[in-house]
Amino acid sequence: MSVISYQEAGCQAVAEEMRRDPSVWALGEDLGRGGVFGQYRGLIDEFGPERIADTPISEATIMGASVGAALVGTRPVVEMRFADFALCAVDEMVNQAAKARFMFGGQARVPMVIRQPSGMWRSSAAQHSQSLEAWYTHIPGLVVAAPYTPADNKGLLKSAIRCDDPVIYIEHKDNWALEGEVPDDDDFLVPLGPARLAREGADVTLVTWSKMVGVAEQAAELAAEKGIDMEIVDLRTLWPWDQDMVFASVEKTKRLMVVHEAVQVGGFGAEIAATVAEHMAHVLVAPIRRLGAPRAPISYAKPLEDLLRITPAKILATALEQMQR
Amino acid sequence: MPNDAAHPSHNIDRDRLVDLYRTMRRIRAFEEAAEKASLDGLVGGAVHLSIGQEAVAAGVCANLRRTDQITTTHRGHGHCIAKGTDPGAMMLELFGKEGGTCGGKGGSMHIADFEVGMLGANGVVAAGIPIAVGAAHGAKLMGEDKVVVCFFGDGAINRGPFMEGLNWATVFKLPVLFVCEQNGFASTTHSDAVTGGGGANARAESLGLEAYEVDGNDVAAVDGLVGDLIPRIRGGGGPMFLSARTYRLKGHTSVDPALYRDQDHAAAQWDVDPLVRAAGELRRLGLADSDLAAIDSAAAGEMARVAETAEAAETPALQHAFADIQDIGAPVWESSS
Ligand SMILES: Cc1ncc(C[n+]2csc(CCOP(=O)(O)OP(=O)(O)O)c2C)c(N)n1
Ligand SMILES: [Mg+2]
Repeated sequence: MSVISYQEAGCQAVAEEMRRDPSVWALGEDLGRGGVFGQYRGLIDEFGPERIADTPISEATIMGASVGAALVGTRPVVEMRFADFALCAVDEMVNQAAKARFMFGGQARVPMVIRQPSGMWRSSAAQHSQSLEAWYTHIPGLVVAAPYTPADNKGLLKSAIRCDDPVIYIEHKDNWALEGEVPDDDDFLVPLGPARLAREGADVTLVTWSKMVGVAEQAAELAAEKGIDMEIVDLRTLWPWDQDMVFASVEKTKRLMVVHEAVQVGGFGAEIAATVAEHMAHVLVAPIRRLGAPRAPISYAKPLEDLLRITPAKILATALEQMQR
Repeated sequence: MPNDAAHPSHNIDRDRLVDLYRTMRRIRAFEEAAEKASLDGLVGGAVHLSIGQEAVAAGVCANLRRTDQITTTHRGHGHCIAKGTDPGAMMLELFGKEGGTCGGKGGSMHIADFEVGMLGANGVVAAGIPIAVGAAHGAKLMGEDKVVVCFFGDGAINRGPFMEGLNWATVFKLPVLFVCEQNGFASTTHSDAVTGGGGANARAESLGLEAYEVDGNDVAAVDGLVGDLIPRIRGGGGPMFLSARTYRLKGHTSVDPALYRDQDHAAAQWDVDPLVRAAGELRRLGLADSDLAAIDSAAAGEMARVAETAEAAETPALQHAFADIQDIGAPVWESSS
């Protein structure tokens, strides 16, 4: 074990997988200097400019060329820089990467990882702050992961690189500096799919992912002071998501709250809430609650930006309400 | 760059022209059978015929190795056949039947045959360009000796991936031949009416590619020029660009009567049909009419048989709707009532 940051964990994952498998390579803008967040720092020295490729600002072709390169047997790690810019490459993700295997009757796979740094970070305003994970969960053919801890960022990214499916890999920009214990073992993997029980509790189940796990943990401290014992499920992978762990938790607590930074309307929280409602209505003692952002573009000015944030206080208020029932 | 296609047809060896003619005739016969099946309601979706454009497919692919790769478009039957895909499997695919190139899950616009280096047709205009570029990039990374040919239409040059993909190929010096089939139309619109500046070749040259033009209805000229370009690309000469002037003799799809174009001009184009021209050249080279007729009837017979077989074949088992989506998180097939 070493204590390293979320950013270093991602970097280590890429380096280890590139050492292990010569068909793995990374491409995107400014990777040679380490990537805009340092998530490729030092890799060009070890692997050279062919395998750590600096590309033109051509998101559609970064993505589309990666599809072509994956179809012929390489394993590209695609860097989108900001999740917002992946929108310049939606055809390539949705119509090409996600569908090639199926449309071609299983003749080829598209093993690629699409790294999309997401979320609110340093007052970045409406085009550099979005959380769009729900869009991708809607698309057959894609796997969607959104790790919170440094260890998960390493283990899940390694699994994503080894996976034969296209994986949308969402790292939260506000997490880059977050430190945690991370296994040094080259074969440390976190499987895509299973969630992580971030906190055990008896009264309310809170399902969340990415940076909101940390916010939920703060809320749980506040709730404990009020005598409420919250259980936190960190989904880690959104598609497929760990229904078993969520169902087991709700079975125990009989209350469910889903929290995400993304806009609430049409957010992935709706899918979880609906699934639990369909299968477990008889168990629930309080209405399911969703906490997501209002359906407003993200403001630059701090107080306006803050209005959109899910805070520990908002979570606590919701838990208190649910405990009235 | 001054790029003249100085390849008079009469330089071609007769046997080679016979082979090219046979390929073109097989493409034509396949598409005539597909057109009929489409009009009879046996083939669904949109069927885009390349009737009149066969010389480009035949002339280009005759210069490729099996290990070389191509990407194509919605109008890609000819490229598939010329690259070596089995027309029987293609016809089964058009009919949505078991045994089709994609198990009946793709249809005309998504035929692929990785065994022969056919990396897929595409339903999205210009989407094959980045994919071809990436296939070449992958081959270069793995140290493989491969050329990738990317076919697209004159409409595709107005989409962003055209600029991005050509620039990328230049920057990474990739072994790609871009082939722009200038058939004059993008769907029902005249391509010229919506294309600014100097057009495809000017754009390609501005992005650092050598750009050539060829009479795309003269199969010997296409073959000759591409025969020069491919070894240069294979030898590390970087990406190159070829505009092939041709004409779409049919409508945009099998059901489009194409009344939006000058009917006299369209009718006159049948006189310069690449098959008519190649047949004339072969006669000049001494091939007997009976030999030509034998090629024609063999092709017609072959494609009539594949259409018959396809009509009689089984549709795919229902569970294939859920197969080959993804390894992790795929839907679970439950055969219910
Ligand atoms: C991105 C995109 N926009 C529009 C279409 C609809 N469409 C299909 S074919 C076509 C015309 C393409 O013209 P061109 O590239 O010249 O190819 P051609 O049909 O002439 O072979 C159009 C507009 C599409 N398939 N994809
Ligand atoms: Mg056209």
